[in-house]
Parts: sequence; C-alpha cells; structure tokens
Amino acid sequence: MRQQSKMKILLGGQLAALLLVLLVPPAFAVQPGEMLSDPNLEARARDISAGLRCLVCRNENIDDSNADLAHDLRVLVRDRLKAGDTNQQVVNYIVDRYGEYVLLKPPMKGANWLLWGAGPVMLLAGLGIGAVFIRRRARTPEEAQPLSAEESARLDDILKG
Amino acid sequence: MLNELGHFSLILAMVVALVQCSVPLVGAAKRWQGWMAVAEPAALIQLLLVGFSFAVLVRAFVTSDFSLQLVWANSNIDQPMLYKLTGIWGNHEGSMLLWILILALFGAAAALFGGNLPTTFRARVLAVQGGIGFAFLVFEIFTSNPFLRLAVPPFNGQDLNPLLQDPGLAIHPPFLYTGYVGLSMSFSFAVAALIEGRVDAAWGRWVRPWTLAAWMFLTVGIAMGSMWAYYELGWGGFWFWDPVENASFMPWLVAAALLHSAIVVEKRESLKSWTVLLAILAFGFSLVGAFITRSGVITSVHAFASDPTRGVALLILIALFMGGALTLFAARGEALASKGVFGTVSRESMLIFNNILLGVSAFVVFMGTIWPLIAEMAFGKKLSVGAPFFDMAFTPFMVALGVVLPVGAMLPWKRAKTGRVLKMLIPAAVLAVAVGALAWAMSNGRSALGPIGLMLGTWLVVGSFTDLYARTGKSGLGRLFRLPRADWGRVLAHAGLGVCIMGISGMMAWQSEDIRVVKEGDTVHLSGYDITLQDVTQVPGPNYAATRAEVSVMRNGHEVAHVYPEKRYFPIAGQTTTEAAIHNGFLRDIYVVVGDAQPNGGWAMRSYVKPLANWIWGGAVLMAFGGFLSLSDRRFRVAAGAAKARTAAGVPAE
Repeated sequence: MRQQSKMKILLGGQLAALLLVLLVPPAFAVQPGEMLSDPNLEARARDISAGLRCLVCRNENIDDSNADLAHDLRVLVRDRLKAGDTNQQVVNYIVDRYGEYVLLKPPMKGANWLLWGAGPVMLLAGLGIGAVFIRRRARTPEEAQPLSAEESARLDDILKG
Repeated sequence: MLNELGHFSLILAMVVALVQCSVPLVGAAKRWQGWMAVAEPAALIQLLLVGFSFAVLVRAFVTSDFSLQLVWANSNIDQPMLYKLTGIWGNHEGSMLLWILILALFGAAAALFGGNLPTTFRARVLAVQGGIGFAFLVFEIFTSNPFLRLAVPPFNGQDLNPLLQDPGLAIHPPFLYTGYVGLSMSFSFAVAALIEGRVDAAWGRWVRPWTLAAWMFLTVGIAMGSMWAYYELGWGGFWFWDPVENASFMPWLVAAALLHSAIVVEKRESLKSWTVLLAILAFGFSLVGAFITRSGVITSVHAFASDPTRGVALLILIALFMGGALTLFAARGEALASKGVFGTVSRESMLIFNNILLGVSAFVVFMGTIWPLIAEMAFGKKLSVGAPFFDMAFTPFMVALGVVLPVGAMLPWKRAKTGRVLKMLIPAAVLAVAVGALAWAMSNGRSALGPIGLMLGTWLVVGSFTDLYARTGKSGLGRLFRLPRADWGRVLAHAGLGVCIMGISGMMAWQSEDIRVVKEGDTVHLSGYDITLQDVTQVPGPNYAATRAEVSVMRNGHEVAHVYPEKRYFPIAGQTTTEAAIHNGFLRDIYVVVGDAQPNGGWAMRSYVKPLANWIWGGAVLMAFGGFLSLSDRRFRVAAGAAKARTAAGVPAE
C-alpha cells in the first residue's frame, strides 16, 4: 500500500517535470531569425502560414503559435518557397506530410461541401420561405378582428382611467 | 462551518427551485391563485439562498481558505486581491455558480418587475425560469460542487492561470454570463407563451427589454474578451474564430435577430411563431455555448476548465430544454397566427430579410464550429475549420446586412415606396463612395478589404444619422433631442455596427509590422514612427518576475509615447505571459511586444502600427449604448407604470 502511494508521488513528480518541460517559456510566434530577407517571399510565407494549423495547438495557425512544431513548419514553408515552389505547391507538400488536418480552411470537396454549402443553401431556403410568407401576407385582405371579451374589458378599464 | 452553510444553502436553493418550477405551473393550469402566488416568493428566496452561497465562496477566496479544494486549485496567497476575487469564476465550478446566481437574479427581477404580466402568464414564466435554475443547481451540486473540502488544508494554493490574471478578463465573464443567462428570460417568456397558447403585441413588448438587456451584456462581454485577446496574447489579434468565441457570438447573432423580430410582433402582430422559435433558439445557443466552453469537446485555445463527463451532463440539459421547448413549439406553434398584413416592400419585409441574414450567419458559425466534430464522427476525417473559412463564409452575409440596413431602417411599416427613402439616402451613398475611393487611392490598391470596409462603414454611419434626421420631419432639427430614446438607440446601435466594420477592415487591411532582433539603443522605423528600445530591466511582481523593456516612440523628432512592454514569468504555474505595450490613438494604435533574449545579445522585438484598432471596440460600445438608450425608452417605463397603477387599484383592502 505504502509502496503504491510512493509510486504515485514519483509518478506525480515526473508528470510535473514533464509539464514543466512542455510549459517552458514559449518562444515567440514568428522569430526574427526565421524570416526571409526577400520581402516578397516573406509576405508569401506569411500568407501561407495564416492558413496552416499548428498541429499540436488548439486552433492556432503556425504564424501565431509558439510551439516548436509551428517553428519547424514555418521554416519548412520558407525552405520550399526558396526552392521555388508556388504557394499551392507548398501547401500540397505540407498536406501530403501532415494530412488535411493541417488546413484551417477545409478544401471544397467531398463531404466538406456540406460545410461550404450550409450558408448559401440556408440563405436560399430562408429567402424562399420568406418570399412565400411575405407574398401571402401581402395578399390577405386586412380584416379588423373584433376584440375578445377580455380585451374589451381591459379597454374599458383603461378608458375609465 | 460557513462553507458547509454555503453548501447547504445551495442544496436548499435546489429544493426551492423544484417548488418554483412545479407548484405555479399546476396553479396556472388549474387557476388556483394560491399556487400561482408561490412563484414570486420562491424566486426571491432562491436568489437569497444562491446569493448567500456565492457570498460564502467569495469569502473563501478572499481569505484564501485553502481547505476548499477549489480555492486551493485556483488561488494563491501572493495573488493580488483583484485576481483572488476573479479566481472565483476563473474555473468551472465557480463560473457555474456565477451562472446560477445570475439566473436567480433574473428570476427575482422578473418576480419583482413582472407586476404588469397577467397572473397565469407570470406564474408560468417564473416556473420555467425556476426549472432552468433547478437543472443547473442539480448539475452544480452533483457534478461540479464548489464546496468540496480538502482533508489536510495546504499552506498555499496553486496559482490562477496566469493568462487569466488580467483586469480585462476579470470583468469579462460576468458580462458574458449575464448575456447568456439573460436569454433564459426570453426562453421562459417563449415557453410560457406556448403553454398559454397566446402571443400578442404585449408579449413582444415584454420580451423585448429582457432580450435587449441580454444582448447588451453580450455585446460588452464579447468586446471585452476580444480586447483582452488583443493586448494579452501578444500579436494583436482580436478575433480568432475560436470555438469559445463562436460560442458567445452565435447567441449574440440570434439575440440580435430576436430583437428585431420582436419589434414586428410588438408593432404589427406578425412573425409571432418565428419570434417564439428565435427566443427558444437564442437560449439554445447560449446552452451550446456553455457546453462548448465547459466540456472542451472541440479543442480550443480557451478551454481552461473543461471536463468531458460534465459535457455529457450539459448535453442532457440541452436535449431536455431544447427538446421540450421545440416539441411544445411543434404542438402549439400553429396557434400563433399572424395578424398584420403588409406589402412586399415594407419595414416588415426588411426585418424578415434582416432575420434571414442574421440567422444564416449564425448557422454558418455553428456549422464551422461543430464541423470538425461531425467530420470525425460521420466521415472519420480529422480536419480543422479556422479563421480563413469563417472570413470567407461569414463575411458576405454581414456585408449584405450592412448594405440593406440603412434602407430597411427607414422604410415605413405596412406598405412603402423605396423611391423616397433611397432619395434621402443619396448623400450617404455619395459620401460612402467618396470615402471608399479616397481609401483606395491612398492605399495604392494593395487590398480591396480596407476601402470596401470603410465604404460600408461610412454608409452605415451616415445612413443611420439620415434615419434620425428623417424622423424629425418638417419640424426641423429642433426636434432632434425630443425624439424618443428608442430612435436614438436604434441609430446609435446601427452606427456602432458601421464604426466596428470600419475598425475591423482598417486594422486587417493596413496593419504594418516589424519583427527583428534589437539591442538597447537600436531603432526600428515603421510607418513613419521611430521605435527605439531604450533599456531592458528585471522587475519583480507580486507573484511573477517581469522582464520590462523601455521603448520610446518618436515621430518627426517628437516623442509620441514612452511604453513599457513586459514578459512575465509565473514560477508557480510555470508559465510566461506577454504584456504588450500599446499606445492608443484615435486613428491608430502603436503596439510593442518584447520577446526572448537572443543568444548573441539583443532582444526579439515586434512592433506594429494598427490603424483604427480602437474603432472595433468603440463600435461595440456604441452598439451596447444604443441598446441601453432603447431600454430606457419611455415606452417600456410607461407600460410598467400603467400596470402598477392598475394592480394598485385592483387589490382589495385587507
């Protein structure tokens, strides 16, 4: 029993140490040393980076992330650009290695059409239903509805002050 | 001992909530006055009990009572008092208790100010509100009890998450929660109306102030959160389309739609069933928001306090409330026939269009937020949906909304001619195009975003004030300040949206940045500013150690600002945070961040000039202020006053 709790403490210590390693003061997002000297190429790199997810982060792009992996990806993007790839080639290169998960903007294909189409389809549906409703409203002649007993009682009440 | 009393008081509150949600409901069905009358005292007692319980938790945090597990995990003796206090809601249990407290507050407010509601209706509203309270109290007590004790109280606690140790985040959650929970009132009104089987103009008038209040708080809360991200996360992003942000944005959009459709119910007795549905959905999105934030099911930057088992419990709550309310809607919605008749071109039609756009944009945000979950469960694909998707899929709807807004706001009810309104809006259109062209010329055509945003913003701002001017009619400008506050509120809120759009597009299109290694004395030239790193010093803080840089900002030889960006290391949590130094200006912010010391001397320094940054939050504040003006309009006060007089006369002498 005691042995076991000792184990737990040991394990806890290791876990804490591991956490400390993971939480070391983060390096900055884009580092001065990583940046390319050619401003055009660097601008393209930034553009590409904004669309790539830092895989170990929560919903951050590699440009904003402090993680080491993001750093590696940033360098990789710049290496490919220096090698003369087009933006699309760079993105394809990274998707080939890391999967679609890396893209912050899901490609418009396959099941993703459900995602991309959701807005426009809903808009059309909304407009359709709205138009039918409005036309029906516009056609119905306005009929003065008599007050209910309760309502006329209230009205009398108010009028009397 | 006190902690146990707080705990006990919470359990009592749960029992009272159970009474509140059942007895008045039966009473209303059977027309038993005595049973219905239980609702009000029950709501007040519930507030007292929950309030006491919350006060006990506050005391525990203030006095650093580490015998409570929650205090131990989220507070520390050396923490400044402000963060000891905000530590209360900087965690799951405490924030849920805050949620319940606000829920009880709204319930009690409805009991106190609901004098003008018909008796059965009021009893039903309070019963539904009590039901929500009961569900959350059960959730709190059984899955996230804040009053759990530690057998051996430690001498000191863990730190509050350093990112949360910031004044902006300190007040952001209560605002956001007030907004979320405020929508529970709209929900209660909708469900009560469905049970009653009756929605009329008066209903629209009752439900509107509550929705308006909730929407206002949401606006301020969201703006504060975005501002916090702007100065705290270190590169000046203000919106990330993160699931947690979306969680607050969806109810905001739906609440905005509800505000507008409730006007149609109030003024024209039309769109009734749609408005009831929106009221249900608005709170549904609030609950989904709570679920996303609290369960961490969709990984997010903000999932500070998350636990999947609680997620399941919350999901059951959502299923219960939404399922129940929507079933009721399906059964009774038919009865809510619309009365008002209107032409194809009318304010009614424009408000329907407004609702379609706001509803669809909320749906797009919803789909984007949960798509990773659906894709993984249904198609076995792991994928991400981030900012680039939302920028592309969401923006068009907002642009469309901005384009039609000034026209819609000015069209008369029932039957309108567009010609007259369009003629009045010509100056606004001309001015907007001129501003857009000017911006285009000045920005050398690099990006269309900035000019288009400025054009749209100008159109909205000038168009809104044209609306106000048109209201004065023939009596001239003298009437301007005698217009109902609701008019001013509407105009300011619409103009605020314009200001916000200008801010967002200006900042995104024309931001300039510089990232480099600098040594003390080095100067960076950026957009006409000379930014010099003067000195770097180590400064101890209460529970952190800071590396503080001294940076001067000059323009044409004159010093514009002297700022001190910091990097703070929190040894207990083992985390570092950046404190950006920001010099706010009307037309631009200068934003400086100091980074790591470099191996061969010098510091990484990032400097940004961010045009129109403050307009984003300024616009949000304008929107909220517009809501406030509307809320204080005579119309709502008169309705309340008249009712009071009536009840006073109707109560027999005892």
